[in-house]
Amino acid sequence: MPYLVHSPQDREEMLAAIGVESMDQLLVDIPASLRVDELKLPDGLSEFDTMAQVQSLAAKNLVFADRLTFRGGGVYRRFIPTAVAAVTGKPEFYTAYTPYQPEASQGTLQAIFEFQTLIAELTGLDVANASLYDGATAVAEASMMARVQTGRDEILVAGYLHPEYLEVLRTFGEGRGMKVRKGDEPNAKTAAVVFQQPDFLGLLVDARALTERAHAAGALAIACVDPISLAILAPPGEYGADIAVGEGQQLGLAPSYGGPHVGFIACRKDLVRRLPGRLIGSSHDAQGRRGFVLTLTAREQHIRREKATSNICTNHSLCALAASVYLTYMGASGLRQVAETSFKRARSLADRLGKVPGWEPAFPERQFLNEFPMIVPKPRPLLRKLAKKGILGGLEVSRWFRELKGVVTFTCTEVNDPAAIDELVQAVTS
Amino acid sequence: MTELLSFELSRPGAYEPRLPEAGVSAPTPAELLPKETLRAEPPDLPKLSEPEIMRHYSRLASLNYSISEQFYPLGSCTMKYNPVANEAAAALPGFAGLHPYQDEATTQGALELMWRLERALCAVVGVDRVTLQPAAGAHGEWTALRMIQAYHRSKGDKRTEVLVPDSAHGTNPASAALSGFSVVEVRSGPDGRISLADLESKLSPRVAALMLTNPNTLGLFEREILDVAEMVHATGAMLYYDGANLNAFMGVCRPGDMGFDAVHMNLHKTFTTPHGGGGPGAGPVGVKADLVPFLPHPTVEKADGEFKLDYRRPQSIGRVRSFYGNFGMLVRAYTYVLAMGGDGLTQASLDAVLSANYLRKQVEGVLDLPHEGPCMHEFVASAHNLAPQGIKALDVAKGLLDRDFYAPTIYFPLVVPEALMVEPTETESKATLDAFAGAIKEVVEQGKSDPASLHAAPHTTPVGRLDEVGTARKITSYLSGQSEEPILRWKRVRK
Repeated sequence: MPYLVHSPQDREEMLAAIGVESMDQLLVDIPASLRVDELKLPDGLSEFDTMAQVQSLAAKNLVFADRLTFRGGGVYRRFIPTAVAAVTGKPEFYTAYTPYQPEASQGTLQAIFEFQTLIAELTGLDVANASLYDGATAVAEASMMARVQTGRDEILVAGYLHPEYLEVLRTFGEGRGMKVRKGDEPNAKTAAVVFQQPDFLGLLVDARALTERAHAAGALAIACVDPISLAILAPPGEYGADIAVGEGQQLGLAPSYGGPHVGFIACRKDLVRRLPGRLIGSSHDAQGRRGFVLTLTAREQHIRREKATSNICTNHSLCALAASVYLTYMGASGLRQVAETSFKRARSLADRLGKVPGWEPAFPERQFLNEFPMIVPKPRPLLRKLAKKGILGGLEVSRWFRELKGVVTFTCTEVNDPAAIDELVQAVTS
Repeated sequence: MTELLSFELSRPGAYEPRLPEAGVSAPTPAELLPKETLRAEPPDLPKLSEPEIMRHYSRLASLNYSISEQFYPLGSCTMKYNPVANEAAAALPGFAGLHPYQDEATTQGALELMWRLERALCAVVGVDRVTLQPAAGAHGEWTALRMIQAYHRSKGDKRTEVLVPDSAHGTNPASAALSGFSVVEVRSGPDGRISLADLESKLSPRVAALMLTNPNTLGLFEREILDVAEMVHATGAMLYYDGANLNAFMGVCRPGDMGFDAVHMNLHKTFTTPHGGGGPGAGPVGVKADLVPFLPHPTVEKADGEFKLDYRRPQSIGRVRSFYGNFGMLVRAYTYVLAMGGDGLTQASLDAVLSANYLRKQVEGVLDLPHEGPCMHEFVASAHNLAPQGIKALDVAKGLLDRDFYAPTIYFPLVVPEALMVEPTETESKATLDAFAGAIKEVVEQGKSDPASLHAAPHTTPVGRLDEVGTARKITSYLSGQSEEPILRWKRVRK
């Protein structure tokens, strides 16, 4: 059988060494009425047959070419350097356990320390943690921090936050005594104002004004940011946001039908003791050699148990490693080039789509980076027509926002070359 | 051996990656966007060439122990071999390249995989439905408690307490508290099993659920589980199963048959998805019929041979994560289930139990074994007997690192002093188990003959014991503004 190592003879010898005659003698504590005869699943397969079955499932999916994918909504096609998978595919990284024994886990610990630094630099805040599950749970965890910090229980969500992030925030809030309200006027009950920059539609919000308004009401400002946008846009630390969170999928991770991706969270230093999840700190051994350790663990569930403010136990370490390799490969100037190329192409596409008869920008007065909303006549037939030509067209957002009937958001990144943009425009107008 | 940080290796102006040019005429962000929205200073990211990046991360990789190279006897962690076929499956473009907002007509294979994995997990644990959405074990625990809470509330029943055994993992009480429950501890009896008398005294109409793992964290099967279930259900409460120890009895018995109403599973333990140095994992939750209406949405349904995502679930607790969970991990787990089959999974559990009992026998007389055997897939030993020699569980752990073994889980469960929790799994050979038992004996000998050297262990790892207390102290001084040294990150020293 695959992956099992004991031979029948090993099993005999081991039973004899234990001093029993059969496995049943080792299972005596299980009441007889609970024993089952067999596990009702088909018998195992050879690797060849296993992979044939898995491949046939994969073949039932339609994968659109990167360059012809113009749909975003929180998950984006980006150029991923080969170095990323070459590093995350090293078994010393992907088969290691969570770094409980620091002397035997310095590779993982140092990589996370570098990730914390990269995220702190990008967001312009003091400290970032070792990562969270995804952007949605990062928003929820940040809101919980604000609730504990301020002793207030309302979370105010301003503008178009990713609808699934909002849903997760509501699910977290239930039971934790957090009330979620949509709007942009904080009051004395507001623990935090949450906004997304750029928002779910791709539009820029006035992050500075929202932050000031939150602070004037005694609330925290939580900025949910696109990490690549931070090569261009003012980082949350610069405009005074207290906590920055976001989704790191764009930093070297495949779409993979929505996961695994990685959430990040960074904050001002006076909020560090409220940060959920793992934190790595720099340390040294008796010989003065530098090493890295899990630290400030007194915040966490395994010490505080029911008094912990988060139950998160691990992080998304391997995804954080991918993000670190990606950001290190790019450097600040590479990241800026990626962001600018995306910006220019999206602008060009928006201009051309805006000239299609019957099409118009949904919010002509608002600025955007690489994703933008258009009002499109009959979106559904259009998207079907594009799909037939191998193009994954924009995202119809009215399924979440009734007031945005006919609005489709398009995204453009460095993978959508000018010829791909031509193809899209042609397909739309044909 | 240590490695400089990427930031320290960075050389300004050394290298620019070649990236696509825009190729279209359009204004730059600086030309179009208001100045106050723009970043004033670029982030201080490292600048390294690809050869240097690959060298850097290869060197970091070499500083890690990993299941590919070492035996990880970590109790409750189920550190099995991670099949490489799983990795190949998840990397198939037909899975890795899927956008979550594609039309369901174009993602039928992904939905079918989720649907099939759900059925397989139902068969293993004996439940009616499973949500695949939770991203990790703790996330699954909390999801289960939210469903149980919603169930009680739907009947107008505002139960406020959750019972947790004293031997439980810390995420159990944390997950309960974060669902708004107060946590009441249930004591273990002298044999390490839950005390029915103590349980009886804590049960009341206020109790929403009892959280239990079986076998418990001592590796012991809760013989009276059927009585426990009856007592819990008699008060209207539900029974929650923590799947940390599911590897003990696949094909032998099922939590659903024991009376558990909600069952969480760790795909990164029992179903071989890799740990990744601490995630990503996946923590699906199975439920009996009573809890099905409360599952997170969307669920995957099959109708007329087509698979679809069902969002019309009015009693659902909502979403617990964006999209559909850690899909890439689901692909890996499903690949493993196909390869193993019902017969293979059963044999895996039997071998896991055999290995644990064998190893337990090998360390008998060297370490204290506070609870009578047989054990299931893991056992808890104690270094308490070595106290006269000044040897602690921590010393045993560090001494093992010098012998190229990872350490067992130490100081957990909290109910055993100087605990060493050992779980060998089915993928470690008899020869490895023998070598490990031999290493434990050596460590104990070292502690007796040369205590100073054991207390200073490990000696062969890239760094020695690290000054964790000093680190925490420096952070405190940074956070209180007394020091500029950030400790939790690297920062360029401005000259």
